[in-house]
Amino acid sequence: MAKEKLNILESTCVPLPLENIDTDQIIPARFLSSTSREGFGKNLFRDWRYDHDGRPLEDFILNNRKYNGKILVAGKNFGCGSSREHAVWAVYDYGFRVVISSFFADIFRNNALNNGLLPLIIPEDEVKSLIALVTGDPGTIVKINVQERRMEVPASGKSFTFEINPYKQECLIHGLDDIDYLINMRGKIIEYEKSRGGLG
Amino acid sequence: MTPKTIFEKIWDAHVVHSIKDGPDIIYIDRHYIHEVTSPQAFRGLEERGIPVFRPSLTLATADHNTPTKDQHLPIREELSGIQVEKLKENCSRHGIELFGLNHKYNGIVHVIGPELGYTRPGMTVVCGDSHTSTHGAFGTVAFGIGTSEVEMVLATQCILQSRPKTMSITVDGALGKAVTSKDIIMHIISLLTTGGATGYFVEYRGSAIRALSMESRMTICNMSIEMGARGGLIAPDETTFSYLRNTKYYLENNSFYNDLKAWKDLITDPGASFDKEITISAESIRPMISYGTNPGMALAVDKSLPETEGMNRQDADNYIKALSYMGFSPGMKLDGHPIDFIFLGSCTNGRIEDFRAFASLVKGRKKAENVTALLVPGSKLVEEQVKKEGLLAILHDAGFELRQPGCSSCLAMNEDKIPAGKYAVSTSNRNFEGRQGPGARTLLASPLTAAASAITGRITDPRIFL
Repeated sequence: MAKEKLNILESTCVPLPLENIDTDQIIPARFLSSTSREGFGKNLFRDWRYDHDGRPLEDFILNNRKYNGKILVAGKNFGCGSSREHAVWAVYDYGFRVVISSFFADIFRNNALNNGLLPLIIPEDEVKSLIALVTGDPGTIVKINVQERRMEVPASGKSFTFEINPYKQECLIHGLDDIDYLINMRGKIIEYEKSRGGLG
Repeated sequence: MTPKTIFEKIWDAHVVHSIKDGPDIIYIDRHYIHEVTSPQAFRGLEERGIPVFRPSLTLATADHNTPTKDQHLPIREELSGIQVEKLKENCSRHGIELFGLNHKYNGIVHVIGPELGYTRPGMTVVCGDSHTSTHGAFGTVAFGIGTSEVEMVLATQCILQSRPKTMSITVDGALGKAVTSKDIIMHIISLLTTGGATGYFVEYRGSAIRALSMESRMTICNMSIEMGARGGLIAPDETTFSYLRNTKYYLENNSFYNDLKAWKDLITDPGASFDKEITISAESIRPMISYGTNPGMALAVDKSLPETEGMNRQDADNYIKALSYMGFSPGMKLDGHPIDFIFLGSCTNGRIEDFRAFASLVKGRKKAENVTALLVPGSKLVEEQVKKEGLLAILHDAGFELRQPGCSSCLAMNEDKIPAGKYAVSTSNRNFEGRQGPGARTLLASPLTAAASAITGRITDPRIFL
């Protein structure tokens, strides 16, 4: 089914200068008992964002009104740990459309792309300077063009080309879905099953 | 023919189609589902108005949020109850086999699949759970997937995957006293770090790996994901074959010898190459314990925590942040530090061998008064075996009780939570902040180290008892 399209995005960023942010921090397991995909944003980073009584923790970045936008910038190995897609749903539901880091955990990256969230990779040093820049000036704009695989930071004059699998690039730009693609491939799948003499 | 690794042999045999400049369409032989990551996938199928494509290749269990006491009573936590009911409904509507709560084969998905013979060499295996890598112990390509991918498998028995790079990790030599497979894998992760194998599929090799039982091999493959690996596998051999021969699947079907013939080819050919190769000597491994907030932050239990000198600023910041969550400081010794809980269980260490090891150490001793112990078998069959072998009596005499199967305190979705600030020596796989309950402090270790610590009430090197 169609997802929201993502091609050109200009936005301010939220900096989160931590490494190895695992999916238990993104959305703790006790909030996984839902049977729908919606509504996880309110518990994004729950235990960093709120104290035990549900009061916002002031020094956490999402509780600082100066910082907002559709881009999250985080330290390396973002999304490690559990395969829970709820982590991506939470990031997306909160309002982010892009996460920038120097590398992502494999399952998180796949889950993100399957939900129209772009995991954008730039070198580690560049992530650090972007975090420093955005932290100092929350109004810093980042421009992203998926078609051209380009990311620009006008304030620093920097421009990067990022890698994305051409198939996934098309999916993002047009809001397409792997499941539709696979359903259309059923003929080939049945042929494959026959070629190996049956199921499993 | 070009020499190939086992991974390449299995992957290549399952490519239905390669998208140009894109991922491969991979056919899935065995799909496992559970109550937490499947409901949205079934809802997706319903919204599309399509059936499950190959229901006989999916097996379901309820494990993640189920209670480990009074399983015969209605589930007290409302949302958990709804998920378990939803799974029942979805399986019955789509003709999927379900070993649900109270079924004689119920248990943790990565315990029951192997013990029943549903996971077999040469297969591709997926599940909406990152510890699906466990099944690699049988010489399979097994990995965790997200819910959108669960929906893909239900709809088409395939998923789209980019081919990972390959890594071999060779462990040669003999293990020392009280050193278990949990210590091997924790040692490896502490060397590679929590993201060090991201993008790779690992093959574990070497004489120390060959000498391990199937249960121990599963513990190793299980934690592959904790260093970011897509999965990890071990070549099947006589140990694998004799384990499988006695599983439900082969006791009910007579195809064992036919299958066996095909399995003999599942070796990495001489001359095949890996993108990265690592060698470790088994003698260098000691009983391990984690001290921080990711599984890479672990060290030998008799060592002191590192000082920050020599670390770069980012590493020092990460380290200090983790230690402050754990209530530790640089340079301190963990051995002897008081604890509050121990947890024996999970898809990492909830198998019969783990209960045997734990019971062998606590036999004739008494649990420390200050320790609350959660002993949770990985499945109904493990629970039954613990009783059959007389381990239950040993555990009772030592002051321990046995709970009912499930994921339990590993991720604390049910009521088995560790309170804030409390220390738990856990045989599970993750020590992330809040993993075992908000504010809980997890110390990952082997069943032997958990047993030794349960007896003394402190973090304890199990070698003093053996």
